Amino acid sequence: MSDIKERISKICPSAAFEDGENLLINVPEADWYSLAKQLKEDPSFNFDVLTALVGMDWKDSVGVIYYLTSTSHDWDVIAVKVIAPDLKNPMIHSVSDLWKVAIFQEREAYDFFGIKFINHPDMRRFFLRNDWKGHPLRKDYDASQEANPIPTEDEKNEDDTCSYIEDEKGNIKRVPGKVFTEEDYVVNIGPQHPSTHGVMRFRAAVDGEYVKKVDVVSGYIHRGIEKLCEGMTYPQILHFTDRMDYMSAHQNRHCLCMCIEKALGIEVPARAVVIRTMMDELMRISSHLLSFGCTAMDLGATTAFFYGFREREQVLDIFEKTCGARMSMNYNVIGGVIADLHKDFVKDVKELIAIMPERLKEYHKVFTGNIIAQNRLKEVGYLSKEDAVNYAITGPSGRGSDWSCDCRKKHPYAAYPDVKFEEVLEKGCDSFARYMVRMREIEESCKILEQLVDNIPEGDIRAQVPKIIKLPAGRWYQQVEASRGTFGVYIESIGDKTPYRVHFQSPCFNLVGVMDLCCSGYMIADLITIGAALDFVIPDIDR
Amino acid sequence: MFDFAKWTSFINDLLLGFLPEWATVLVECVIIGVLVLLAYALLAIFYILYERKLCAWFQCRLGPMRVGRWGLLQVFADMFKILLKELIALKGTDRFLFKLAPYIIITSSVIMFACLPWGNGLQIIDFNIGIFFVLAVSSVGVLGILLAGWSSNNKYTLIGAMRSGAQMVSYELSLGLAIITIVLFAGTMNINELVAEQTSAWFIFRGHIPAIIAFLIYVVAATAETNRGPFDLPEAEHELTAGYHTEYSGIHFGFFYLAEYLNLFIVSGIASLMFLGGWMPLHIPGWEGFNNVMNYIPGIVWFLGKAFFISYIIIWFKWTFPRVRIDQMLAFEWKYLMPLSLVNLVVMAVCVALDWHF
Repeated sequence: MSDIKERISKICPSAAFEDGENLLINVPEADWYSLAKQLKEDPSFNFDVLTALVGMDWKDSVGVIYYLTSTSHDWDVIAVKVIAPDLKNPMIHSVSDLWKVAIFQEREAYDFFGIKFINHPDMRRFFLRNDWKGHPLRKDYDASQEANPIPTEDEKNEDDTCSYIEDEKGNIKRVPGKVFTEEDYVVNIGPQHPSTHGVMRFRAAVDGEYVKKVDVVSGYIHRGIEKLCEGMTYPQILHFTDRMDYMSAHQNRHCLCMCIEKALGIEVPARAVVIRTMMDELMRISSHLLSFGCTAMDLGATTAFFYGFREREQVLDIFEKTCGARMSMNYNVIGGVIADLHKDFVKDVKELIAIMPERLKEYHKVFTGNIIAQNRLKEVGYLSKEDAVNYAITGPSGRGSDWSCDCRKKHPYAAYPDVKFEEVLEKGCDSFARYMVRMREIEESCKILEQLVDNIPEGDIRAQVPKIIKLPAGRWYQQVEASRGTFGVYIESIGDKTPYRVHFQSPCFNLVGVMDLCCSGYMIADLITIGAALDFVIPDIDR
Repeated sequence: MFDFAKWTSFINDLLLGFLPEWATVLVECVIIGVLVLLAYALLAIFYILYERKLCAWFQCRLGPMRVGRWGLLQVFADMFKILLKELIALKGTDRFLFKLAPYIIITSSVIMFACLPWGNGLQIIDFNIGIFFVLAVSSVGVLGILLAGWSSNNKYTLIGAMRSGAQMVSYELSLGLAIITIVLFAGTMNINELVAEQTSAWFIFRGHIPAIIAFLIYVVAATAETNRGPFDLPEAEHELTAGYHTEYSGIHFGFFYLAEYLNLFIVSGIASLMFLGGWMPLHIPGWEGFNNVMNYIPGIVWFLGKAFFISYIIIWFKWTFPRVRIDQMLAFEWKYLMPLSLVNLVVMAVCVALDWHF
């Protein structure tokens, strides 16, 4: 797609281009929707994945940066920058009808930046309460307690929503709406519920045992990590990544470190690269084991849960020896890793690889092969490949819908280009397929570890980095394959010690986006199954 | 074999010696009531520990270990805790029904418990429709569950109660049919006579194929009747937090809890009565010496041993299998289990008519 600039200029003459890590297209708001439609639907572009949607506040203007990926053209990534014309009342046309993943992404941008998306079907806040005052990621946000005192009452208007509809003449009208109708029998699942795996809340309208609609209410563990990052230096923001998806702590931190290293132009020593890759794969094994256990647990098979945890302990022991912690390992640092491998590391990893095939057989015997488990998982939570792409469902859940989306293959990084492994795909598109992808990925991760464990190069574990880290002005986007999908980090710098804006594109955020689609028409018990098979981690959604 | 009737009639005569008849009956009723409740509570405590230890072993754990040696006193501690807890009254509940529900459940459970034959002559009521009466009383329990779910004014409990209603009504059919198969074979519903019929060999051996099928159907249906996994949908922890008893606290919750464990014992006891000879020792026709040795083991040990063994199987199910879904559960009963029980009943009738049994 070398001639992309000319072709875009032809469609949209007002577009301006900025070269950088990825091509950035500046588009006036008025032309954005028609360009977006072309980029998505024209087969010569075919940007079918909205990889990230980053709300921005540049003080004199607010806007959105969209990262688009084309699956058919070598996974090319471009960025589009759209600035809202009116700073007082910023409005941008919604692209949620083109890329469904934008439904939630735009709600997040509205929540944090106050950008209203025209024609968005459900323009509510996503993380904060509807009665919250101000938009926290705006640079002029008033964070004082007086502005938003601790509420003592429940939200009264949680059912209220609205849309900003544009008519043919271009007038924009606010149309109020309701999430549920008066007749709906709404069952509240969460925020304190054994099967939401954290403080997640679903409001499910049910008809008898059948689920009609699921409304995702998020934000119970929202910590404002992106806002916090803006006040901290680069080495200080690293630890946040371990606390988002705690089951992908290594991968997430790897991603942030790579993004900063890319900006600084630091070459990571070969030893550190291999160590990072191995840690990522160990983390993936541990995460998938937990997912196996929790799926079994949510389906009522409690014994299988403990089997999964038994092996996971072994992985955590490996982490403990090298990193000094079993969770929130804080292991990757800018330029490499913080400590060298423990002397038992190689032996322990070999032991783990040796027992895993046997143990996996045991899991399949006790759980996968069970007729009840199969009936509960198969043909439950159907998600077609088109929907998976449209909702940007990456990771094992996307691959369960036969969508080849493994970032380790599409944008190879670290030591992945040098190792042989298969991208696991399943054609089932149901919960069982997602579950099986995870089980098979454990085998693939073992394969990767096997190839690397005897070939860890000698040398430094950390590159020389400046004492005070200042990123040059610019923007960077880095992706890795975390345990649950593609994790992305966006950093925009204006040359300070602290980032101007950091955005974490977490895979679980997209995963909850399909809960309504997947669960409608299935039963209450299936809602739990679908949630377990999608395997979202709540702190990763809420950040 | 030792006959407990000697003891009971001795006590009866002793009391009649210095008391009028009505007072004797009254005293006996009180003694029996106390004994039944005591046995009920002790067995519940034993069962809670039994299940906790068993599931710990299935799951590579140790189970309770801290209170008392091997955690033996853990359940007592838990029971004291439950007794001390406040009974919380919630807004918007139907107070009367809310409080009534646990008593209905525990009452039906205790009445069933009282019908079990513990040993030769060690039985409280013995009348000609014994097993039929047990089945009838077991159906009352579902009323308590429905009331609990409805009166709590909570959507989880309501869904749990509705599931429970559908489940109990359905599986009662298979349960009843399995028992009727054996009643047909034995030709009696009197519990004492049922046991006596098994002197030569237990029904599961005497009735061969149809009896074994009936036994399997019974175990599945009984698991469903007691709301245990894989059929624990009414309280499906991971969907409905605790199902119909979500809103209960203190001893009211304790009643549900006790009844659940005791129901497990009761269905196991009935299985042992109907299929494995109740308190009757293992007899093999022709092996007189062996049979005499077996007779030395008291009937109560046989009865409890068999009941614990069947409970073990049911507990094993629960901790290994995932939970079924409501539609799958109902389909299983109505499409497979019940037709099978009906066919099995016919097979048994043919066997009995043509004398094809031992």
